[in-house]
Amino acid sequence: MNAQVPAGGPARSTYDVIVIGAGPAGMAAATTAARAGLSTLVLDENTVPGGQVYRAATTSPLAGGTVLGADFAKGAALAGGLATSGAEVIQGATVWSLDRDLVVGVSRGGASRLLKAGRVILATGALERPFPIPGWTLPGVMSVGAAQTVLKASGLVPSGTIALAGQGPLLWLLAAQILRAGGTIRAILDTTPKANYLAALPYAAGFLASPYAFKGLALIREVRAKVRVIRGVNRLEACGTGALSSVRFEARGVTQTLALDGLFLHQGVVPHVNLAMAAGVEHRWDEVQHCFHPVLGAGGTTSVEGLLIAGDGAGIAGAEAAVERGRLAALVAVKALQPEASGLPVLAEVEAALARATRGRAFLDRLFEPQREYRIPTGDETIVCRCEEVTAGQIRQSIAVGATGPNQLKAYRRCGMGPCQGRLCGLTVTELMAEERGKTPEEIGYYRLRAPVKPVSLAEIASIPPDDAAVGAVVRG
Amino acid sequence: MASPASPARFSRNEYDVAVIGGGLLGSSIAWGLGRIGQRTTVLDEGDIAKRASRANFALVWVQSKGMGMPEYTGWTVRASENWSRLAAELAAQTSVDVHHQRPGGFHLALSESELEARAVSLKRLHNQPGATDYAIEVLDHDQVKKRLPHIGPDVVGGTYCPLDGHVNSLKFFRALHTGLAAFGVDYRPEHPVSAIRHENGEFRITTPKGEIRAAKIVLAAGNANMTLAPMVGLHAPMGPTRGQVLVTERTVPFLDFPLTTLRQTDEGTVMIGDSKEDELDDRGHRLPIDAVMADRARRMFPLLERLSIIRMWSGIRVMPEDGFPIYDQSETCPGAFVSCCHSGVTLAPNHAFDIAPMVAAGALDLDRLGAFSARRFTTQAPASSGYY
Amino acid sequence: MFRRIGDPAAATVTIEIEGTLVKARPGDSVTAALLASGLDFCRHTPVSGTPRGPYCMMGVCFDCLVTIDGVGNRQGCLVPVAEGMKITLQKGKREIGQ
Repeated sequence: MNAQVPAGGPARSTYDVIVIGAGPAGMAAATTAARAGLSTLVLDENTVPGGQVYRAATTSPLAGGTVLGADFAKGAALAGGLATSGAEVIQGATVWSLDRDLVVGVSRGGASRLLKAGRVILATGALERPFPIPGWTLPGVMSVGAAQTVLKASGLVPSGTIALAGQGPLLWLLAAQILRAGGTIRAILDTTPKANYLAALPYAAGFLASPYAFKGLALIREVRAKVRVIRGVNRLEACGTGALSSVRFEARGVTQTLALDGLFLHQGVVPHVNLAMAAGVEHRWDEVQHCFHPVLGAGGTTSVEGLLIAGDGAGIAGAEAAVERGRLAALVAVKALQPEASGLPVLAEVEAALARATRGRAFLDRLFEPQREYRIPTGDETIVCRCEEVTAGQIRQSIAVGATGPNQLKAYRRCGMGPCQGRLCGLTVTELMAEERGKTPEEIGYYRLRAPVKPVSLAEIASIPPDDAAVGAVVRG
Repeated sequence: MASPASPARFSRNEYDVAVIGGGLLGSSIAWGLGRIGQRTTVLDEGDIAKRASRANFALVWVQSKGMGMPEYTGWTVRASENWSRLAAELAAQTSVDVHHQRPGGFHLALSESELEARAVSLKRLHNQPGATDYAIEVLDHDQVKKRLPHIGPDVVGGTYCPLDGHVNSLKFFRALHTGLAAFGVDYRPEHPVSAIRHENGEFRITTPKGEIRAAKIVLAAGNANMTLAPMVGLHAPMGPTRGQVLVTERTVPFLDFPLTTLRQTDEGTVMIGDSKEDELDDRGHRLPIDAVMADRARRMFPLLERLSIIRMWSGIRVMPEDGFPIYDQSETCPGAFVSCCHSGVTLAPNHAFDIAPMVAAGALDLDRLGAFSARRFTTQAPASSGYY
Repeated sequence: MFRRIGDPAAATVTIEIEGTLVKARPGDSVTAALLASGLDFCRHTPVSGTPRGPYCMMGVCFDCLVTIDGVGNRQGCLVPVAEGMKITLQKGKREIGQ
């Protein structure tokens, strides 16, 4: 797809290990596997390694400065390790297919290849949870992660009158980064319900002992000193005709309106499951994180033999944990394919590091549990499927005439059938249908996903080598 | 049009007719039954099921159907003639425009031998005694290009039949289900049927959500009719196959006619079909097959080459063993009917307007439908297939 | 909605957005360059024709679709800018053959 990326595809057609994604988990996994002597290929969609959390780790115009914070430098260290590991790294590569035989379909520079792997480590990370409020499709409304991406990669700071709305660690981090970069924020509209503080309290001890506690609290203090924070925000709504002009919300029972140029939304991140689901990996509903996550064995093994999942795609745990999970997955691959390899990370040490890195997650999960009204639109006019422009009301009507789950809903309304393949509506659809039908999200299930998990040109599909059976199955007089 | 029957006459689980299967075929018959005031229920599976109605290619197709059974040609032509009436009734009832169009349709050949084989088979079809006669043209490249200006140089010619057309089959599905509700038909998803008993002149149907009772039943469960039919003294031998389909992103209108293997939908997407395999796992998918289909599509229309494929899927065709529809009624369990065919889209008007009233009346009109009885499987094996 | 920080001289790549020449920084994505140039929206949807702007900037939302050097429906957030690149807004359905 990326015709502007210079040519230079994978050197071989089979590898011991193919790692998909070059965020913290993918970088750590590939580095470990390659150092053990396994032929290792990394396929990453971005132009440089880093993933989202360490986006542009090696190229950011703000790298080394104070804006992005000290943790950002860890990305460059991981990228440095990857660069010298012996792994082959291909950037600008979109993986659009992965099957049970561990055949990977990858597109780059307008040409596709099918590659075979002994083991595949999926490190496709997370994406921001859908935040379906009225007006969330208006130009001028973006996700917090989007603003952070352009800040890291291009040194772009939001200007004009802006607000951040939602909850979660990333929201506070972006706010601090905007302020450090000289930007201003009209308000933070904090949607964390009061009840979450009580629900999180039993887990506070673990959190206070975690690496996040000190940093997180300092960040919030830094932001609160400069920005008006409005707490307990309900009925959030982006308003405008053709573009955002204001945000409306209720706080302490009073409806308020703020004129805005930009509104940045965030309510946490969820595993990016598309490729794993398309490959047939079994997933389950997570009642705390309100999302599907893959069912995993030790080291990230899945229901598909030879396919491992590491990082936030395995369940949200953050960048530090992602590194350790990446190493664990690589160790599983090394043990199977190169058992005599030496100089590897020590399993027990990696596991201990993972335990340290995940300390405090239970607290964060509960504190930042998104409330129902921001997961399931209350009004009927709110768009749920951004691609096909399907509203919550149309989904409810479909349920009324017989749609029982997301796949029948597709047939009724094309919901989830656009180019994003349900990434921006899938969880909303599952929870909305569960609520309407009085079922659990697990019972409702998810879209049945298939390759291509990202659009790929007809010419690229046509360039896959055919076989006689395929010709015989298609051509007839 | 009669008004819906009053539900108060019956207890909740008792019906005039229970239709087993809520895809396009079952829904069309049930809609036809609701339309004439029959108290009807539709028993369907849930979200994950082998649903040809979600995977189909949405053609309303006449050309090349009926080799080996001339009655099938007439039955198909009749459906083609009645489709606009069905679309109009659904639009009036549900406000859903199913985008039925009948501009005529093409089959394109990419080699002389393909074209010759096509011409020969169409000639044989038309020469059958008793076959309904309709116009069909065999065209060379230049003649095709007059109506399909974007064809590539590899297209050597094709066939054109003015009776062919297409619909938006997903909108059709929604229109039918919306219409069922409007007629007071009970659509019951998540009611897979495990057993049917015929007792004291009524049918007792076992589902996980309890027993359903009906005076008559219509088996419209696709390939599953094979296992349901013997429960009520019927026979429905099926030979399902898998087919794969590709669909592109939306593009501006460029193609005014549907083709056997390629069509542009009213929404702008381009559907590219289709394969025929013996595999029966609809979760599986073979990329080499997609490659052959994509390659043929771009040879037919080189403009398509740069469009993105958004989705690819496979589905299991509902296919009677010899390719022709089966419409039959039970001699041992009067009131039990079976209906299965590959062309749930094409034949929908016949299912709604012809089959449904016969079911309501309690007997199929054998003068019109006798050829479609499953008895043909026990007497002789037809040589060819109803599939295009 | 965005302004650039850092060294302005680093913006050395010239691209064309809707016929206007714009400077971008090497490493910018097309969408970042678009935002830096002051444009907040990049396409009209093929379904209803309403305007949309970039939403996720990480390749998942498909709201940053633009036409790049004559190729329609490209995810601007995943394509790095290159000298002389011509970008136009995506107006509804993709043109065929582009």
